[in-house]
Amino acid sequence: MTTAAKIPSTGSSGHTRSNSALFDVEKIRRDFPILARDVRGKKLVYLDNAATSQKPRAVIDAITRYYEQENANIHRGVHFLSELATSKHDRARQAVRGFINAADVKELIFVRGTTEAINLVAQTYGRVNVASGDEVLISAMEHHSNIVPWQILCEEKGAKLRIAPINDAGELILDEFAKLLGPRTKMVAVAHVSNALGTVNPLAQIIELAHKKNIPVLVDGAQAVPHMKVDMQALDCDFYTLSSHKMFGPMGIGVLYGKAELLEAMPPYQGGGDMISSVTFEKTTYNKLPFKFEAGTPDVAGALGLGAAIDYLNAIGIDKIAKYEHELLIYATEKLSAFSGVRLIGTAKERAGVISFVIENVHPHDVGTILDREGIAIRTGHHCAQPIMDRFGIPATARASFAFYNTKEEVDALVNGIMKVQEVFA
Amino acid sequence: MPELRDLYQEVILEHSKAPRNFHAITDSAQKAEGFNPLCGDHFTVYVNIDGDSIQDIGFQGSGCAISKASASMMTQAVKGKSKAEAKELFDTFHKLVTTGEVNGDRDDLGKLAVFSGVSEFPVRVKCATLAWHTLQAALEGKQEKISTE
Repeated sequence: MTTAAKIPSTGSSGHTRSNSALFDVEKIRRDFPILARDVRGKKLVYLDNAATSQKPRAVIDAITRYYEQENANIHRGVHFLSELATSKHDRARQAVRGFINAADVKELIFVRGTTEAINLVAQTYGRVNVASGDEVLISAMEHHSNIVPWQILCEEKGAKLRIAPINDAGELILDEFAKLLGPRTKMVAVAHVSNALGTVNPLAQIIELAHKKNIPVLVDGAQAVPHMKVDMQALDCDFYTLSSHKMFGPMGIGVLYGKAELLEAMPPYQGGGDMISSVTFEKTTYNKLPFKFEAGTPDVAGALGLGAAIDYLNAIGIDKIAKYEHELLIYATEKLSAFSGVRLIGTAKERAGVISFVIENVHPHDVGTILDREGIAIRTGHHCAQPIMDRFGIPATARASFAFYNTKEEVDALVNGIMKVQEVFA
Repeated sequence: MPELRDLYQEVILEHSKAPRNFHAITDSAQKAEGFNPLCGDHFTVYVNIDGDSIQDIGFQGSGCAISKASASMMTQAVKGKSKAEAKELFDTFHKLVTTGEVNGDRDDLGKLAVFSGVSEFPVRVKCATLAWHTLQAALEGKQEKISTE
Protein backbone atom coordinates (compact mmCIF):
# COMPACT_ATOMS: atom_id res chain seq x y z
CA MET A 1 0.00 0.00 0.00
CA THR A 2 2.73 2.42 0.91
CA THR A 3 6.43 2.16 0.32
CA ALA A 4 8.06 4.45 2.81
CA ALA A 5 11.74 4.73 3.49
CA LYS A 6 12.97 2.62 6.35
CA ILE A 7 15.86 4.62 7.72
CA PRO A 8 18.72 2.79 9.39
CA SER A 9 20.08 4.50 12.46
CA THR A 10 23.69 3.60 11.70
CA GLY A 11 25.84 2.56 8.79
CA SER A 12 27.51 4.40 6.00
CA SER A 13 27.44 4.50 2.27
CA GLY A 14 30.36 5.05 -0.04
CA HIS A 15 28.21 6.10 -3.00
CA THR A 16 28.54 9.61 -4.26
CA ARG A 17 27.21 9.21 -7.81
CA SER A 18 23.65 10.03 -8.68
CA ASN A 19 23.42 7.19 -11.18
CA SER A 20 20.64 4.88 -10.30
CA ALA A 21 19.57 1.60 -11.74
CA LEU A 22 15.98 2.82 -11.42
CA PHE A 23 16.03 5.61 -13.99
CA ASP A 24 18.28 8.14 -15.69
CA VAL A 25 18.24 11.07 -13.29
CA GLU A 26 20.15 13.38 -15.63
CA LYS A 27 17.56 12.79 -18.35
CA ILE A 28 14.76 13.48 -15.87
CA ARG A 29 16.43 16.71 -14.77
CA ARG A 30 16.37 17.92 -18.37
CA ASP A 31 12.57 17.59 -18.31
CA PHE A 32 12.44 20.35 -15.66
CA PRO A 33 13.47 23.66 -17.29
CA ILE A 34 14.00 25.50 -14.01
CA LEU A 35 16.65 23.03 -12.83
CA ALA A 36 19.01 24.35 -15.50
CA ARG A 37 19.07 27.87 -14.10
CA ASP A 38 21.65 29.49 -11.88
CA VAL A 39 20.90 31.18 -8.58
CA ARG A 40 23.26 33.84 -7.24
CA GLY A 41 25.94 32.66 -9.65
CA LYS A 42 25.71 29.05 -8.45
CA LYS A 43 23.95 26.02 -9.83
CA LEU A 44 20.47 25.81 -8.34
CA VAL A 45 20.15 23.05 -5.74
CA TYR A 46 16.43 22.87 -5.09
CA LEU A 47 15.70 21.12 -1.80
CA ASP A 48 12.40 22.80 -0.92
CA ASN A 49 10.08 20.28 -2.54
CA ALA A 50 7.83 19.93 0.49
CA ALA A 51 6.93 23.62 0.04
CA THR A 52 6.32 23.22 -3.66
CA SER A 53 7.74 21.00 -6.38
CA GLN A 54 9.13 22.10 -9.75
CA LYS A 55 7.21 21.47 -12.97
CA PRO A 56 8.24 19.29 -15.92
CA ARG A 57 7.98 20.62 -19.46
CA ALA A 58 4.99 18.33 -20.08
CA VAL A 59 2.96 20.17 -17.42
CA ILE A 60 3.98 23.63 -18.62
CA ASP A 61 3.11 22.61 -22.20
CA ALA A 62 -0.30 21.23 -21.21
CA ILE A 63 -1.23 24.55 -19.61
CA THR A 64 0.11 26.60 -22.52
CA ARG A 65 -1.64 24.36 -25.06
CA TYR A 66 -4.91 24.73 -23.21
CA TYR A 67 -4.84 28.51 -23.34
CA GLU A 68 -3.47 28.65 -26.91
CA GLN A 69 -5.60 25.93 -28.51
CA GLU A 70 -8.34 24.57 -26.27
CA ASN A 71 -9.72 27.29 -23.99
CA ALA A 72 -13.51 27.31 -23.52
CA ASN A 73 -15.86 26.95 -20.58
CA ILE A 74 -16.86 23.41 -19.81
CA HIS A 75 -20.18 21.59 -19.33
CA ARG A 76 -22.37 24.09 -21.11
CA GLY A 77 -21.26 24.67 -24.65
CA VAL A 78 -22.40 22.73 -27.68
CA HIS A 79 -19.48 24.08 -29.67
CA PHE A 80 -16.28 22.25 -30.57
CA LEU A 81 -13.95 23.89 -28.06
CA SER A 82 -16.32 23.51 -25.15
CA GLU A 83 -16.68 19.81 -25.89
CA LEU A 84 -12.90 19.48 -26.18
CA ALA A 85 -12.24 21.31 -22.90
CA THR A 86 -14.95 19.28 -21.14
CA SER A 87 -13.57 15.95 -22.31
CA LYS A 88 -10.02 16.94 -21.37
CA HIS A 89 -11.22 18.04 -17.92
CA ASP A 90 -13.00 14.69 -17.50
CA ARG A 91 -9.88 12.87 -18.60
CA ALA A 92 -7.80 14.70 -15.95
CA ARG A 93 -10.19 13.45 -13.28
CA GLN A 94 -9.83 9.93 -14.69
CA ALA A 95 -6.05 10.30 -14.39
CA VAL A 96 -6.40 11.19 -10.71
CA ARG A 97 -8.73 8.23 -10.19
CA GLY A 98 -6.23 5.80 -11.66
CA PHE A 99 -3.29 7.33 -9.81
CA ILE A 100 -4.80 6.93 -6.35
CA ASN A 101 -7.05 3.99 -7.25
CA ALA A 102 -10.35 5.55 -6.22
CA ALA A 103 -13.36 3.37 -7.07
CA ASP A 104 -15.15 6.04 -9.10
CA VAL A 105 -14.49 9.52 -10.52
CA LYS A 106 -17.58 10.80 -8.72
CA GLU A 107 -15.60 10.47 -5.48
CA LEU A 108 -13.02 13.03 -6.64
CA ILE A 109 -13.76 16.71 -6.09
CA PHE A 110 -11.51 19.33 -7.66
CA VAL A 111 -10.63 22.00 -5.09
CA ARG A 112 -7.88 24.63 -4.75
CA GLY A 113 -5.67 22.32 -2.71
CA THR A 114 -5.43 20.33 0.47
CA THR A 115 -6.29 23.35 2.63
CA GLU A 116 -9.59 23.88 0.83
CA ALA A 117 -10.29 20.15 0.83
CA ILE A 118 -10.01 19.95 4.63
CA ASN A 119 -12.07 23.11 5.09
CA LEU A 120 -14.72 21.63 2.81
CA VAL A 121 -15.03 18.49 4.93
CA ALA A 122 -15.01 20.44 8.21
CA GLN A 123 -17.67 22.84 6.99
CA THR A 124 -19.99 20.24 5.42
CA TYR A 125 -19.55 16.82 6.98
CA GLY A 126 -18.30 18.40 10.20
CA ARG A 127 -21.10 20.91 10.63
CA VAL A 128 -23.72 18.19 10.22
CA ASN A 129 -22.08 15.47 12.28
CA VAL A 130 -20.19 17.25 15.06
CA ALA A 131 -22.28 18.65 17.90
CA SER A 132 -21.71 20.20 21.32
CA GLY A 133 -19.64 17.90 23.55
CA ASP A 134 -18.35 15.84 20.60
CA GLU A 135 -14.66 15.45 19.82
CA VAL A 136 -12.42 15.71 16.78
CA LEU A 137 -9.12 13.83 17.07
CA ILE A 138 -5.97 14.98 15.24
CA SER A 139 -2.28 14.26 15.82
CA ALA A 140 0.45 16.45 17.29
CA MET A 141 2.29 16.55 13.95
CA GLU A 142 -0.39 18.21 11.82
CA HIS A 143 0.15 21.13 9.47
CA HIS A 144 -1.84 24.22 10.43
CA SER A 145 -4.23 23.39 7.58
CA ASN A 146 -5.27 20.21 9.42
CA ILE A 147 -5.59 22.02 12.77
CA VAL A 148 -7.30 25.35 12.19
CA PRO A 149 -10.35 24.16 10.17
CA TRP A 150 -11.17 21.76 13.04
CA GLN A 151 -10.58 24.46 15.65
CA ILE A 152 -13.04 26.71 13.83
CA LEU A 153 -15.59 23.88 13.70
CA CYS A 154 -15.09 22.93 17.36
CA GLU A 155 -15.42 26.53 18.47
CA GLU A 156 -18.64 26.95 16.51
CA LYS A 157 -20.15 23.73 17.81
CA GLY A 158 -18.82 23.68 21.35
CA ALA A 159 -16.89 20.51 20.52
CA LYS A 160 -13.42 19.57 21.73
CA LEU A 161 -10.27 19.17 19.67
CA ARG A 162 -8.17 16.28 21.01
CA ILE A 163 -4.51 15.81 20.14
CA ALA A 164 -2.83 12.40 19.86
CA PRO A 165 0.77 12.79 21.10
CA ILE A 166 4.03 11.91 19.33
CA ASN A 167 7.25 10.49 20.77
CA ASP A 168 10.76 12.01 20.64
CA ALA A 169 11.40 10.44 17.26
CA GLY A 170 8.35 12.23 15.87
CA GLU A 171 6.19 9.11 15.61
CA LEU A 172 2.55 8.92 16.56
CA ILE A 173 2.11 7.03 19.86
CA LEU A 174 -0.50 4.56 18.64
CA ASP A 175 -1.58 3.39 22.12
CA GLU A 176 -2.34 6.95 23.16
CA PHE A 177 -4.15 7.52 19.89
CA ALA A 178 -6.31 4.43 20.52
CA LYS A 179 -7.14 5.63 24.04
CA LEU A 180 -8.32 8.97 22.69
CA LEU A 181 -10.87 7.33 20.39
CA GLY A 182 -13.90 7.74 22.60
CA PRO A 183 -17.67 7.54 22.34
CA ARG A 184 -17.82 11.27 21.48
CA THR A 185 -15.13 11.13 18.76
CA LYS A 186 -16.85 12.08 15.50
CA MET A 187 -13.85 12.53 13.22
CA VAL A 188 -10.18 11.58 12.98
CA ALA A 189 -7.92 13.78 10.83
CA VAL A 190 -4.24 12.88 10.36
CA ALA A 191 -1.39 13.53 7.97
CA HIS A 192 -0.19 10.64 5.82
CA VAL A 193 3.33 12.15 5.87
CA SER A 194 4.38 14.99 8.19
CA ASN A 195 5.56 18.03 6.24
CA ALA A 196 7.88 19.15 9.05
CA LEU A 197 9.37 15.79 10.10
CA GLY A 198 8.81 13.43 7.19
CA THR A 199 7.19 10.85 9.48
CA VAL A 200 4.97 8.35 7.66
CA ASN A 201 1.97 7.58 9.83
CA PRO A 202 0.72 3.99 10.27
CA LEU A 203 -2.50 4.65 8.37
CA ALA A 204 -3.68 1.06 8.15
CA GLN A 205 -3.70 0.77 11.94
CA ILE A 206 -5.12 4.26 12.48
CA ILE A 207 -7.99 3.59 10.08
CA GLU A 208 -8.69 0.14 11.48
CA LEU A 209 -8.82 1.46 15.06
CA ALA A 210 -11.14 4.32 14.09
CA HIS A 211 -13.41 2.20 11.92
CA LYS A 212 -13.88 -0.33 14.72
CA LYS A 213 -15.67 2.50 16.48
CA ASN A 214 -17.39 3.74 13.31
CA ILE A 215 -15.37 6.94 13.26
CA PRO A 216 -14.50 8.34 9.82
CA VAL A 217 -10.90 9.20 8.97
CA LEU A 218 -9.63 12.11 6.88
CA VAL A 219 -6.06 11.78 5.64
CA ASP A 220 -4.02 14.84 4.63
CA GLY A 221 -2.04 13.31 1.78
CA ALA A 222 -0.33 16.46 0.47
CA GLN A 223 3.16 15.21 1.38
CA ALA A 224 2.57 11.55 0.57
CA VAL A 225 1.19 11.43 -2.97
CA PRO A 226 4.38 12.80 -4.65
CA HIS A 227 6.53 10.17 -2.93
CA MET A 228 4.70 6.84 -2.77
CA LYS A 229 1.89 4.76 -4.18
CA VAL A 230 -1.38 5.55 -2.44
CA ASP A 231 -4.45 3.41 -2.97
CA MET A 232 -7.85 4.66 -1.81
CA GLN A 233 -9.52 1.25 -1.98
CA ALA A 234 -6.75 -0.52 -0.09
CA LEU A 235 -6.47 2.25 2.53
CA ASP A 236 -10.23 2.42 3.07
CA CYS A 237 -9.98 5.97 4.47
CA ASP A 238 -13.12 8.10 4.25
CA PHE A 239 -11.53 11.30 2.96
CA TYR A 240 -8.12 11.93 1.41
CA THR A 241 -6.67 15.21 0.19
CA LEU A 242 -3.90 16.13 -2.25
CA SER A 243 -2.35 19.29 -3.70
CA SER A 244 -1.28 19.38 -7.34
CA HIS A 245 1.64 21.76 -6.79
CA LYS A 246 3.37 19.35 -4.41
CA MET A 247 3.25 16.63 -7.08
CA PHE A 248 4.79 18.50 -10.04
CA GLY A 249 1.48 19.98 -11.23
CA PRO A 250 0.41 23.63 -11.16
CA MET A 251 -0.54 25.64 -8.06
CA GLY A 252 -4.16 26.42 -7.28
CA ILE A 253 -5.67 22.98 -7.76
CA GLY A 254 -5.99 19.86 -5.68
CA VAL A 255 -8.37 17.00 -5.02
CA LEU A 256 -10.64 15.88 -2.24
CA TYR A 257 -11.38 12.16 -2.33
CA GLY A 258 -14.45 11.12 -0.36
CA LYS A 259 -16.37 7.88 -0.19
CA ALA A 260 -19.46 8.27 -2.36
CA GLU A 261 -21.99 7.51 0.36
CA LEU A 262 -20.49 10.19 2.63
CA LEU A 263 -20.33 12.80 -0.14
CA GLU A 264 -23.94 12.01 -1.14
CA ALA A 265 -25.14 12.66 2.40
CA MET A 266 -23.15 15.88 2.90
CA PRO A 267 -24.63 19.32 2.28
CA PRO A 268 -22.95 21.38 -0.46
CA TYR A 269 -19.98 23.61 0.39
CA GLN A 270 -20.50 26.59 -1.90
CA GLY A 271 -23.53 27.49 -3.99
CA GLY A 272 -23.38 28.66 -7.57
CA GLY A 273 -23.24 27.46 -11.14
CA ASP A 274 -22.30 23.90 -12.06
CA MET A 275 -23.25 22.52 -8.64
CA ILE A 276 -26.99 22.62 -9.42
CA SER A 277 -29.24 20.60 -11.65
CA SER A 278 -32.17 23.03 -11.47
CA VAL A 279 -32.85 26.37 -9.81
CA THR A 280 -36.05 28.26 -9.08
CA PHE A 281 -36.45 31.00 -6.51
CA GLU A 282 -38.31 28.51 -4.34
CA LYS A 283 -36.06 25.46 -4.58
CA THR A 284 -32.71 24.34 -5.93
CA THR A 285 -31.88 20.75 -6.75
CA TYR A 286 -28.20 19.99 -6.44
CA ASN A 287 -26.16 18.36 -9.15
CA LYS A 288 -24.88 14.81 -8.86
CA LEU A 289 -21.37 13.98 -7.66
CA PRO A 290 -18.73 15.26 -8.06
CA PHE A 291 -20.27 18.47 -9.45
CA LYS A 292 -22.37 19.09 -6.32
CA PHE A 293 -19.16 20.30 -4.65
CA GLU A 294 -17.75 22.23 -7.62
CA ALA A 295 -19.56 25.56 -7.72
CA GLY A 296 -18.41 28.04 -10.34
CA THR A 297 -16.11 27.78 -13.33
CA PRO A 298 -13.28 25.47 -12.35
CA ASP A 299 -9.54 25.84 -12.97
CA VAL A 300 -9.58 23.82 -16.19
CA ALA A 301 -5.97 24.59 -17.10
CA GLY A 302 -4.98 23.55 -13.59
CA ALA A 303 -6.79 20.22 -13.91
CA LEU A 304 -5.13 19.58 -17.27
CA GLY A 305 -1.76 20.44 -15.74
CA LEU A 306 -2.39 18.02 -12.87
CA GLY A 307 -3.41 15.35 -15.38
CA ALA A 308 -0.16 15.93 -17.29
CA ALA A 309 1.85 15.65 -14.05
CA ILE A 310 0.19 12.32 -13.29
CA ASP A 311 0.89 11.05 -16.83
CA TYR A 312 4.51 12.08 -16.33
CA LEU A 313 4.78 10.29 -12.97
CA ASN A 314 3.11 7.18 -14.41
CA ALA A 315 5.62 7.08 -17.25
CA ILE A 316 8.49 6.92 -14.72
CA GLY A 317 6.63 4.76 -12.22
CA ILE A 318 5.76 5.88 -8.70
CA ASP A 319 7.27 2.73 -7.18
CA LYS A 320 10.62 3.50 -8.82
CA ILE A 321 10.35 7.08 -7.58
CA ALA A 322 9.69 5.85 -4.03
CA LYS A 323 12.71 3.53 -4.16
CA TYR A 324 15.01 6.20 -5.57
CA GLU A 325 13.96 8.76 -2.95
CA HIS A 326 14.39 6.15 -0.24
CA GLU A 327 18.05 5.74 -1.31
CA LEU A 328 18.51 9.50 -1.39
CA LEU A 329 16.96 9.96 2.04
CA ILE A 330 19.14 7.25 3.56
CA TYR A 331 22.20 8.86 1.99
CA ALA A 332 21.27 12.32 3.31
CA THR A 333 20.39 10.95 6.75
CA GLU A 334 23.77 9.23 7.03
CA LYS A 335 25.65 12.32 5.89
CA LEU A 336 23.84 14.69 8.23
CA SER A 337 23.89 12.29 11.20
CA ALA A 338 27.67 12.11 10.90
CA PHE A 339 28.01 15.88 11.43
CA SER A 340 29.01 17.04 14.86
CA GLY A 341 26.79 19.93 15.92
CA VAL A 342 23.93 18.89 13.63
CA ARG A 343 20.82 17.38 15.18
CA LEU A 344 18.05 15.76 13.15
CA ILE A 345 14.54 16.65 14.25
CA GLY A 346 12.27 13.74 13.40
CA THR A 347 13.97 10.37 13.32
CA ALA A 348 10.96 8.14 12.74
CA LYS A 349 11.66 4.63 11.46
CA GLU A 350 9.45 5.36 8.48
CA ARG A 351 10.06 8.66 6.78
CA ALA A 352 9.57 10.10 3.33
CA GLY A 353 10.96 13.08 1.50
CA VAL A 354 12.01 15.31 4.40
CA ILE A 355 15.01 15.92 6.65
CA SER A 356 14.56 18.55 9.35
CA PHE A 357 17.61 19.61 11.31
CA VAL A 358 19.11 22.21 13.60
CA ILE A 359 22.73 23.29 13.87
CA GLU A 360 24.12 23.92 17.32
CA ASN A 361 24.37 27.63 18.15
CA VAL A 362 23.11 28.72 14.74
CA HIS A 363 19.54 29.84 14.16
CA PRO A 364 17.84 28.12 11.16
CA HIS A 365 17.21 31.53 9.58
CA ASP A 366 20.95 32.15 9.40
CA VAL A 367 21.45 28.65 8.00
CA GLY A 368 18.94 29.45 5.25
CA THR A 369 20.64 32.71 4.31
CA ILE A 370 24.10 31.15 4.09
CA LEU A 371 22.89 28.14 2.07
CA ASP A 372 21.01 30.50 -0.25
CA ARG A 373 24.31 32.18 -1.11
CA GLU A 374 25.45 28.74 -2.32
CA GLY A 375 22.39 28.42 -4.57
CA ILE A 376 20.80 25.91 -2.18
CA ALA A 377 17.09 26.38 -1.56
CA ILE A 378 15.84 24.92 1.71
CA ARG A 379 13.04 26.00 4.02
CA THR A 380 13.64 27.47 7.45
CA GLY A 381 11.05 28.26 10.07
CA HIS A 382 8.20 26.40 11.71
CA HIS A 383 6.86 24.91 8.44
CA CYS A 384 3.28 25.87 9.33
CA ALA A 385 3.47 23.38 12.17
CA GLN A 386 4.16 25.50 15.27
CA PRO A 387 2.90 22.85 17.72
CA ILE A 388 5.65 20.48 16.50
CA MET A 389 8.31 23.12 17.19
CA ASP A 390 6.86 23.52 20.70
CA ARG A 391 6.91 19.73 21.14
CA PHE A 392 10.65 19.64 20.42
CA GLY A 393 11.33 22.88 22.32
CA ILE A 394 12.83 24.69 19.34
CA PRO A 395 11.71 27.87 17.56
CA ALA A 396 12.32 26.56 14.07
CA THR A 397 14.21 24.02 11.96
CA ALA A 398 16.04 23.96 8.66
CA ARG A 399 14.33 21.52 6.33
CA ALA A 400 15.70 19.87 3.21
CA SER A 401 13.01 18.08 1.22
CA PHE A 402 13.57 15.89 -1.80
CA ALA A 403 12.06 14.92 -5.12
CA PHE A 404 13.09 12.26 -7.61
CA TYR A 405 15.08 14.82 -9.64
CA ASN A 406 17.43 15.47 -6.71
CA THR A 407 20.79 13.73 -6.65
CA LYS A 408 23.42 12.58 -4.20
CA GLU A 409 25.65 15.37 -5.55
CA GLU A 410 23.01 17.82 -4.37
CA VAL A 411 23.04 16.20 -0.92
CA ASP A 412 26.83 16.68 -0.98
CA ALA A 413 26.30 20.35 -1.88
CA LEU A 414 24.02 20.65 1.15
CA VAL A 415 26.70 19.05 3.32
CA ASN A 416 29.31 21.50 2.01
CA GLY A 417 26.87 24.33 2.65
CA ILE A 418 26.44 23.23 6.26
CA MET A 419 30.24 23.23 6.64
CA LYS A 420 30.21 26.80 5.36
CA VAL A 421 27.57 27.72 7.96
CA GLN A 422 29.75 26.27 10.71
CA GLU A 423 32.75 28.16 9.31
CA VAL A 424 30.92 31.51 9.43
CA PHE A 425 29.75 30.85 12.97
CA ALA A 426 32.96 29.20 14.19
CA MET B 1 27.17 40.29 -5.40
CA PRO B 2 27.15 41.13 -1.70
CA GLU B 3 29.31 38.84 0.38
CA LEU B 4 28.12 36.91 3.41
CA ARG B 5 30.68 38.74 5.49
CA ASP B 6 28.90 42.03 4.69
CA LEU B 7 25.98 40.62 6.65
CA TYR B 8 27.74 38.51 9.25
CA GLN B 9 30.33 41.03 10.41
CA GLU B 10 32.56 39.99 13.31
CA VAL B 11 30.92 42.50 15.65
CA ILE B 12 27.49 41.09 14.82
CA LEU B 13 28.58 37.48 15.33
CA GLU B 14 30.25 38.41 18.60
CA HIS B 15 27.11 40.14 19.94
CA SER B 16 24.91 37.23 18.83
CA LYS B 17 27.07 34.81 20.80
CA ALA B 18 27.40 37.02 23.87
CA PRO B 19 24.50 39.47 23.87
CA ARG B 20 24.74 42.48 26.22
CA ASN B 21 21.95 43.46 28.62
CA PHE B 22 20.48 40.03 27.99
CA HIS B 23 18.27 39.83 31.04
CA ALA B 24 14.87 40.81 32.34
CA ILE B 25 14.44 43.88 34.53
CA THR B 26 12.12 42.57 37.20
CA ASP B 27 10.98 45.96 38.47
CA SER B 28 10.72 47.33 34.94
CA ALA B 29 7.92 49.83 34.53
CA GLN B 30 7.63 49.28 30.82
CA LYS B 31 8.08 46.20 28.69
CA ALA B 32 6.86 44.89 25.33
CA GLU B 33 6.94 41.65 23.38
CA GLY B 34 7.99 41.41 19.75
CA PHE B 35 7.44 38.45 17.47
CA ASN B 36 8.33 37.50 13.91
CA PRO B 37 5.85 34.79 12.95
CA LEU B 38 7.80 33.92 9.79
CA CYS B 39 10.87 32.65 11.61
CA GLY B 40 9.74 32.43 15.22
CA ASP B 41 12.04 35.17 16.55
CA HIS B 42 10.64 36.32 19.85
CA PHE B 43 11.96 39.01 22.22
CA THR B 44 10.81 40.92 25.26
CA VAL B 45 12.34 44.36 25.79
CA TYR B 46 12.33 45.91 29.28
CA VAL B 47 12.96 49.61 29.95
CA ASN B 48 13.17 51.81 32.99
CA ILE B 49 12.54 55.48 32.30
CA ASP B 50 13.85 58.21 34.56
CA GLY B 51 12.16 61.45 33.65
CA ASP B 52 12.51 61.33 29.90
CA SER B 53 15.64 59.26 29.66
CA ILE B 54 16.17 55.53 29.30
CA GLN B 55 17.85 54.76 32.57
CA ASP B 56 18.05 50.98 32.14
CA ILE B 57 17.22 48.51 29.39
CA GLY B 58 17.35 44.74 28.97
CA PHE B 59 15.99 42.06 26.68
CA GLN B 60 15.25 38.36 26.65
CA GLY B 61 14.14 35.84 24.07
CA SER B 62 15.41 33.89 21.10
CA GLY B 63 16.17 34.67 17.52
CA CYS B 64 18.66 34.52 14.68
CA ALA B 65 22.13 36.07 14.84
CA ILE B 66 20.98 39.29 13.16
CA SER B 67 17.99 39.88 15.42
CA LYS B 68 19.88 39.01 18.59
CA ALA B 69 22.93 41.13 17.76
CA SER B 70 20.69 44.01 16.74
CA ALA B 71 18.82 43.81 20.06
CA SER B 72 22.08 43.62 22.00
CA MET B 73 23.67 46.60 20.26
CA MET B 74 20.44 48.57 20.46
CA THR B 75 20.37 48.27 24.24
CA GLN B 76 23.91 49.66 24.41
CA ALA B 77 23.12 52.46 21.97
CA VAL B 78 19.97 53.80 23.62
CA LYS B 79 20.91 53.56 27.29
CA GLY B 80 20.96 57.08 28.71
CA LYS B 81 19.21 58.55 25.67
CA SER B 82 15.90 60.40 25.75
CA LYS B 83 12.82 58.81 24.19
CA ALA B 84 13.02 61.27 21.29
CA GLU B 85 16.70 60.51 20.73
CA ALA B 86 15.98 56.77 20.74
CA LYS B 87 13.24 57.28 18.17
CA GLU B 88 15.55 59.38 16.01
CA LEU B 89 18.25 56.71 16.21
CA PHE B 90 15.73 54.05 15.17
CA ASP B 91 14.74 56.15 12.14
CA THR B 92 18.39 56.47 11.11
CA PHE B 93 19.00 52.76 11.73
CA HIS B 94 15.89 51.81 9.75
CA LYS B 95 17.06 53.89 6.80
CA LEU B 96 20.47 52.21 7.01
CA VAL B 97 19.18 48.63 6.98
CA THR B 98 16.62 49.26 4.26
CA THR B 99 18.71 51.41 1.91
CA GLY B 100 22.32 51.13 3.11
CA GLU B 101 22.36 54.93 3.43
CA VAL B 102 21.90 57.44 6.21
CA ASN B 103 20.70 61.04 6.34
CA GLY B 104 23.45 63.28 7.58
CA ASP B 105 26.26 61.94 9.66
CA ARG B 106 26.93 58.17 9.66
CA ASP B 107 28.89 58.66 12.90
CA ASP B 108 25.58 59.19 14.72
CA LEU B 109 25.05 55.45 14.39
CA GLY B 110 28.35 54.56 15.99
CA LYS B 111 28.82 50.79 16.09
CA LEU B 112 25.36 50.25 14.63
CA ALA B 113 26.82 51.07 11.21
CA VAL B 114 27.94 47.41 10.96
CA PHE B 115 24.34 46.61 10.03
CA SER B 116 24.62 48.40 6.66
CA GLY B 117 25.10 44.99 4.96
CA VAL B 118 21.54 44.02 5.90
CA SER B 119 20.20 46.25 3.10
CA GLU B 120 21.65 43.76 0.60
CA PHE B 121 19.59 40.98 2.21
CA PRO B 122 16.03 42.35 2.11
CA VAL B 123 14.45 39.30 3.78
CA ARG B 124 16.60 39.95 6.84
CA VAL B 125 15.49 43.58 7.42
CA LYS B 126 12.74 42.40 9.76
CA CYS B 127 15.32 40.51 11.82
CA ALA B 128 17.39 43.65 12.28
CA THR B 129 14.44 45.86 13.22
CA LEU B 130 12.40 43.52 15.46
CA ALA B 131 13.97 44.65 18.75
CA TRP B 132 13.70 48.30 17.73
CA HIS B 133 10.00 48.02 16.99
CA THR B 134 9.59 46.27 20.32
CA LEU B 135 11.47 49.03 22.12
CA GLN B 136 9.19 51.65 20.53
CA ALA B 137 6.16 49.73 21.79
CA ALA B 138 7.65 49.55 25.28
CA LEU B 139 8.35 53.29 25.28
CA GLU B 140 4.84 54.04 24.08
CA GLY B 141 3.40 51.73 26.73
CA LYS B 142 1.61 49.54 24.17
CA GLN B 143 0.18 46.35 25.60
CA GLU B 144 -0.35 44.19 22.52
CA LYS B 145 2.37 41.94 21.16
CA ILE B 146 4.28 43.54 18.28
CA SER B 147 4.41 41.48 15.10
CA THR B 148 6.60 42.03 12.06
CA GLU B 149 3.76 40.83 9.82
